[in-house]
Amino acid sequence: MYKSKLSDHLILILGSVLMIGPVLIVFLTSTHDAVEVHRFGLMASWGDHFTETYNKVLFKEGGFTGQVTGVRMLINSLILGIGFGIGKIVLSMLAAYAIVYFRFRMGTFFFWVIFTTLLLPLEVRIMPSYEVVQQLGMLNSYSGMIVPLLASATGTFYFRQFFKSVPDELLEAARIDGAGPFKFFIDILVPTSKTMIAAIFIIMFVYGWNQYLWPMMMTNDEAHFTLVRGIKQILLVWVGSQIPEYNEAFALAVLAMLPPVLVVLIFQSWFIKGLTESDK
Amino acid sequence: MKRVQFTNASLPYLLLLPQLAIIVIFFYWPSAQAIQSSFYLEDPFGFGSTFVGMENYTDVLGSNEYASIARFTIAFTLLVTFLSLSIALLLAVKADAVLKGSSTYKTLLMWVYAVAPPVAGLMGVMFFDMHIGPFLKVAAFFGWDFKIGLNYFDTAFAMVVIAVWKQIPYNFIFFLSGLQAIPKSVREASMIDCRSGFRRFWSIILPLLAPTAFFLLIINMTYSLFDTFGIVDVVVKDKAANNPITLVYKVYMDGFRGGDLGGSSAQSVILMLVVFVLTIFQFRFIERRVHYG
Repeated sequence: MYKSKLSDHLILILGSVLMIGPVLIVFLTSTHDAVEVHRFGLMASWGDHFTETYNKVLFKEGGFTGQVTGVRMLINSLILGIGFGIGKIVLSMLAAYAIVYFRFRMGTFFFWVIFTTLLLPLEVRIMPSYEVVQQLGMLNSYSGMIVPLLASATGTFYFRQFFKSVPDELLEAARIDGAGPFKFFIDILVPTSKTMIAAIFIIMFVYGWNQYLWPMMMTNDEAHFTLVRGIKQILLVWVGSQIPEYNEAFALAVLAMLPPVLVVLIFQSWFIKGLTESDK
Repeated sequence: MKRVQFTNASLPYLLLLPQLAIIVIFFYWPSAQAIQSSFYLEDPFGFGSTFVGMENYTDVLGSNEYASIARFTIAFTLLVTFLSLSIALLLAVKADAVLKGSSTYKTLLMWVYAVAPPVAGLMGVMFFDMHIGPFLKVAAFFGWDFKIGLNYFDTAFAMVVIAVWKQIPYNFIFFLSGLQAIPKSVREASMIDCRSGFRRFWSIILPLLAPTAFFLLIINMTYSLFDTFGIVDVVVKDKAANNPITLVYKVYMDGFRGGDLGGSSAQSVILMLVVFVLTIFQFRFIERRVHYG
């Protein structure tokens, strides 16, 4: 048998430290006040301004117009993450169900219409997408933030692969028992897909929460800012200030990564299964 | 496809409708517009536009600035892909090899996946910051006067480090699950045949990992091209002047900030072609893997 060597552990520990270290330092620094950080640099010790800083970031109205608090941005991020996750699952389950379980004319054509979207990420058609959303009057709205992001086939692709792996006997048995397409979908297919739905929801939630470019273009109204979008604002305020509010920026960064990181850690096994088994 | 299927005149169309509607409005329409406006010169004050044929393309492709940004993007993509893949592979091989603590290491090494690129960018900017950054002291020790945001090379260095850090967990997850899918019998047989651990890895394990590695290669290239936008934006802070930027960032700068819709669209179309080629490559490969894998 292979004997694990000390050097293996050393490499793994070094890797773990490089992954965790920066985040830990950012968190610890956020508990100090700005003057201290300005004078001594990043901190590796616990400061005594934790409650003060996080209170300010979460509840004080900041930004340019003073409309937005950290809590508001947190709620916006949750709306974007959860809305995107649910939207993705509903749309793609329905579409994949139609493609896999129905025989109909144009089926192959629609399949290709949907899967061509895998070819072009939103980033390369960002300007015209912005104009379309503007023409539809969807700037500065949650639907404008979420719906254009849904225009891709990733979820549909996952569910198609999964439905194809579901045994045919299930459908045969259900039909003998007299189940129609609705009953089969709701009573059999959805419960069978539970783990898959959870895994895809986690991946999509993280994806939605972490969106940056699209929310940045879509929203100039601060009431719609997400936490990740708020990072940009903090940097803009910095230019020209004597002592930048390092602690507040770090606190915002911590808040922006905490929910997706927690979700990934708590649902780790589902998440890894969903990622590695469907992303092919 | 399924052996048994429903046959229903209208239901499948109804099921597809929501997805199709969104795709047509937010994918096909804008994509068509990008292609169309790449042949027009938009008046900056909004008084119509004139057809200019391929002029936007020749302008873009003939410009020195675009060429140097393209060169940076290629170098950046290759570096980030190579570094994040090789570091992740090393960590995955070690995490697969150790008997104790394997799942703990897995947890510790994978969670950074959930950190958004701009958040990673902000953290990176602080670590390389000229006033408070600890990296500066390390660099100064080696006589390196590190100036992020001012020196082209230093800024590029910071971007690569941040982008690699952010991408290692993703590659690690895939490499580890690829390694764990290798059957025990194959491993045991290789133990008997090859005594040298390095040769065993090189001639048996690595070829078995090749499909995963190839898949990751494409994913990492698209990551470096597109998903790093947030990192680039946070690092250069809207002051692209002498700083390295990627092609996607240039599309955004010219279109959104500069108001040059035609030029920006032509760049979009060029990028579309690049992604198109990459994806076709990937699809062809997947097909092969389904047959022989």
